[in-house]
Amino acid sequence: MTVPQEQPATEGRRGNGGALPVSDFDPFSIEFFKDPFPIHEELRECGPLFYLSRYGIYGVARYEQVHQVLMDWQTFCSSRGVGLADFAKEKPWRPPSLVLEKDPPEHDRARKILSKVLSPVTVKKLRESFEASAERTVDALLVRGRFDGIGDLAEAYPMSVFPDAVGLGAEGREHLLPYAGLAFNAFGPPNELRDQAIAKATPHVAYVTEQCRRENLAGAGFGAEVHAAVDAGQITSEEAVLLVRSLLTAGIDTTVNGIGAALYCLARFDDQWEALRSEPQLARNAFEEGIRFESPVQTFFRTTTRAAEVGGHVIPEGSKVLMFLGAANRDGRKWERPEHYDIRRVTSGHVGFGAGIHMCVGQLVARLEGELILSALARKVKRIRITGEPVRAFNNTLRGLRSLPMEIE
Amino acid sequence: MRIIFVSPDGSERSISVREGMSIMAVATSNGIDGIVGECGGNAMCATCHVYISDERLKSLSEEEDELLEGTAEGRTSESRLGCQVKLTGDLDGLRVRLPARQV
Repeated sequence: MTVPQEQPATEGRRGNGGALPVSDFDPFSIEFFKDPFPIHEELRECGPLFYLSRYGIYGVARYEQVHQVLMDWQTFCSSRGVGLADFAKEKPWRPPSLVLEKDPPEHDRARKILSKVLSPVTVKKLRESFEASAERTVDALLVRGRFDGIGDLAEAYPMSVFPDAVGLGAEGREHLLPYAGLAFNAFGPPNELRDQAIAKATPHVAYVTEQCRRENLAGAGFGAEVHAAVDAGQITSEEAVLLVRSLLTAGIDTTVNGIGAALYCLARFDDQWEALRSEPQLARNAFEEGIRFESPVQTFFRTTTRAAEVGGHVIPEGSKVLMFLGAANRDGRKWERPEHYDIRRVTSGHVGFGAGIHMCVGQLVARLEGELILSALARKVKRIRITGEPVRAFNNTLRGLRSLPMEIE
Repeated sequence: MRIIFVSPDGSERSISVREGMSIMAVATSNGIDGIVGECGGNAMCATCHVYISDERLKSLSEEEDELLEGTAEGRTSESRLGCQVKLTGDLDGLRVRLPARQV
């Protein structure tokens, strides 16, 4: 792996920031996914902006610049895709999302509907039923003692609450996680991960497309509420289908990886587990800190709508810019002792859910699930122990584990 | 300029602030416990709820108004979101009352 080297500036890449660091390192390689942290460190330290020659893209890994790009949607747009593919030049693999892959004003109209469906008011009403399910999940695991922290907990709990909250039918839910895995792999380059995911896509896409239709959703739930916006004349029924698709794409795998991240942290950092046990009300922040620490969503792209200045360099119009969210969340310029998982940390401002107009619209549901499952663990479980080698799951965008053998008592 | 945070138990902390910061940003960077700011100031989470009675404040935006419906502690006519109140020079001495809970 080659890390960024200072290289004589070439035309079009010259700014008052001096020579732009250039590297042929592959941010979508398995080798990198196995242990991204040393490379993150090198990327942050090479400069505020760098150029990744393998894909002809720019990159930012420091908190300040990642935040700058996230907040400036006028310059760094989403409508040309938030993956490597530039929708101005390539046909997207699926019809673009009405929120993730759009800019204002179009974006705002759709976003407003999802914000309302997933607002603090709505999410409050879910607490009781989500809590009961979290208690049941942990009680059942306590009886078993040994289990897989990913499949039996991080996946099982969101799968026990979220599809019902959306109003999905009982059949075919096994397609949800593969579909999300596919969508997040598709943001990457045409590598083996992306190609294989797309090769196996047909049944998952068919299920999701069918489930998003009004007649296939329960009369109450997030899905029905999105479709109700059609009656109010806010969107068309075709748009409602795409908005429900957003819930299914972004609402489960992300939360699974968030809960998995926090669990993996708590199983590794004994003092933090003890702190959580003595103060279970820290569960919500323990989840949030897990998001900062592991950054389940590692990267997203933007595309420049005009020449843009970043860190003293100029990026030409029409360039892809890769934001290393996971690196920003461990930038020592922003965070004290960033490599420590600390459930008492003030986590406000981390970019694990993004920032700005595209910040995760389902973050309140994710936090509710994260808080409730960790709180149930903290109150009911004395000890938590990893019993075997954790196995990593590889995805072009998501970071998480495939399995985490563990034991609780 | 300075603003004063008043805790639910009545204790006060006066903090020196830089003009242009939001109340939420001041609170999270000064270890004020009563404000969480989970969404980092993007007007999404309603966990930087505060009470302010001061005629110098600008009125609520539609977005802030909607989010205030979802606060953990009851909304009153003095309810604001700390991330939406930018501390302009004319707000020197502002008194910000903290709720007992944000989640």
